[in-house]
Amino acid sequence: MEQMNELKRKVLELLKEDARRTPELMATLLGVQVDEVKSAIEQMEQEHVIVKYATVVNWDKVDDERVTALIEVQITPERGRGFEGIAERIYMYPQVKSVYLMSGAFDLLVEVEGRNLREVANFVSEKLSPIDSVLSTKTNFTLKKYKQDGIIFEDHEEDNRLMISP
Amino acid sequence: MITNKPQQAEDRSRPMSSYLSPLVQQIQPSGIRRFFDMAAGSKDIISLGVGEPDFKTPWHVREACVYSLERGFTGYTSNAGMPELREGIAGYLHDRFGLSYDPGNQIIATVGGSEAIDLALRALIAPGDEILIPEPCYISYSPITSIGGGIPVGIETFGKDHFKLTAEGLEAKITPRSKILILCYPSNPTGAIMSREDWEPIAKVVEKHDLIVISDEIYAELTYGANHVSFASLPGMMDRTILVSGFSKAFAMTGWRMGYACGHPDLIAAMLKIHQYTVMCAPSMGQVAALEALTNGMEEKDRMVDSYNQRRRLIVKGLREAGLECHEPQGAFYAFPSIAGTGLTSDEFAQRLLREYRVAAVPGSVFGLGGEGYLRCSYATSVSQLNEALERIGAFVMQLRRERNNA
Repeated sequence: MEQMNELKRKVLELLKEDARRTPELMATLLGVQVDEVKSAIEQMEQEHVIVKYATVVNWDKVDDERVTALIEVQITPERGRGFEGIAERIYMYPQVKSVYLMSGAFDLLVEVEGRNLREVANFVSEKLSPIDSVLSTKTNFTLKKYKQDGIIFEDHEEDNRLMISP
Repeated sequence: MITNKPQQAEDRSRPMSSYLSPLVQQIQPSGIRRFFDMAAGSKDIISLGVGEPDFKTPWHVREACVYSLERGFTGYTSNAGMPELREGIAGYLHDRFGLSYDPGNQIIATVGGSEAIDLALRALIAPGDEILIPEPCYISYSPITSIGGGIPVGIETFGKDHFKLTAEGLEAKITPRSKILILCYPSNPTGAIMSREDWEPIAKVVEKHDLIVISDEIYAELTYGANHVSFASLPGMMDRTILVSGFSKAFAMTGWRMGYACGHPDLIAAMLKIHQYTVMCAPSMGQVAALEALTNGMEEKDRMVDSYNQRRRLIVKGLREAGLECHEPQGAFYAFPSIAGTGLTSDEFAQRLLREYRVAAVPGSVFGLGGEGYLRCSYATSVSQLNEALERIGAFVMQLRRERNNA
């Protein structure tokens, strides 16, 4: 069990680095049988440990205007359900990219994406703020993304080693 | 005095090169250098020729150095190095390899492991002394022995022994003039390591013939499966051994040039004399970085070692699938496959691989006795680059096979 968990953790790390890695390559890198890797992946997919294989995109480099805002939301928790119901109401909107329950000065951090400022502003004023339990919102627009999920977008750390060295 | 009168050069009866020390004149440029020149300037080459980590120095180490510079820590340190660093090294060697050195008089911080080896040789060699060097090995040992006035004596090690030094091999090369044995395990270029059982008979020969050992343990942290056993940790060997190591490989700090030497106080005192009259002290900013690496760098180091291990498996499997025999390297970050079956010399193989398939690797012949017929492939490069390089090597070996069949 312990060994399987260790294998799963290593497979996850390899997939986080590059989700396109094949089970064959990962088996070689980890010194285990291909079947073990395949079964670890299957299990993790079934258990929703691996939720999805996605691509990290630097949208700044794509000629496709879009803006992102991080919105701090204060809410009144609902009797019996706490923050769950209200979080669900918010995350079901397709404009909402992520929702986190936070400790500190506000309750939810909501990441919203739109084609322009107006679209995000409309979402906040027409959809988010009118929700009964929402007490206040504070919208912070993202100006530039430097790093996401451990990946530096403009990586200046190129391999500038000499071709051959002792 | 330099003048710009052209006739001065023409009038001189002796060519300028004749002024050079005969010891330096006899040194040949390194074979690695020649390959470097061949590969330089090309962009589409995948290099397996690099003898250094593909990681950058961990950020916390770089940051600690920058912070020390901001605080104005830019002066000399004591000749042997900052006391805190020497204490750090002593603690590290004790915890990792069970060695007890007094930071007060048994440790000296040097400009890379290279300076430490040079200091050790210069402190020990009397003209005509024979220096025993198991080969294939790091390219510098033999030339700096010669520059120091010693006579390098190569001891061939073999693929069938996994390139381990054997007591018989060592003893066969010992003469009354033998004085020093230079060891480098884990080995550059073969990736061989030595176990305690492998070392014990060697230590007996060392004792019997009253040798001093310079043990270059720069790759000590990079082992896979078995732990490194320091030669100095063997019974009776501590005082006979100058342990040389550094921060380049374990902590991805090649450019910082931070190394150290540990040994008997009398030997270290002699080395310190040369050190203080030549470089004075290791760079202070490098010392700060080295101390940070030792104090807080082990987790990052483990992560890097884990990554090398993964790529080690990939390259060994890939080389074997390409049709090259390859012993399993257990240390450093080199695979050392045999290319003898292709009918080419290692130099021819490496040159054609570079020209025709754009993969740079180093011919085994540059590493001395026993290196011919092999190729040094560094796997300190990304998985995707390794995969591409292995495909190209496979295609090259296939082409060689076709050529031989048609011949």
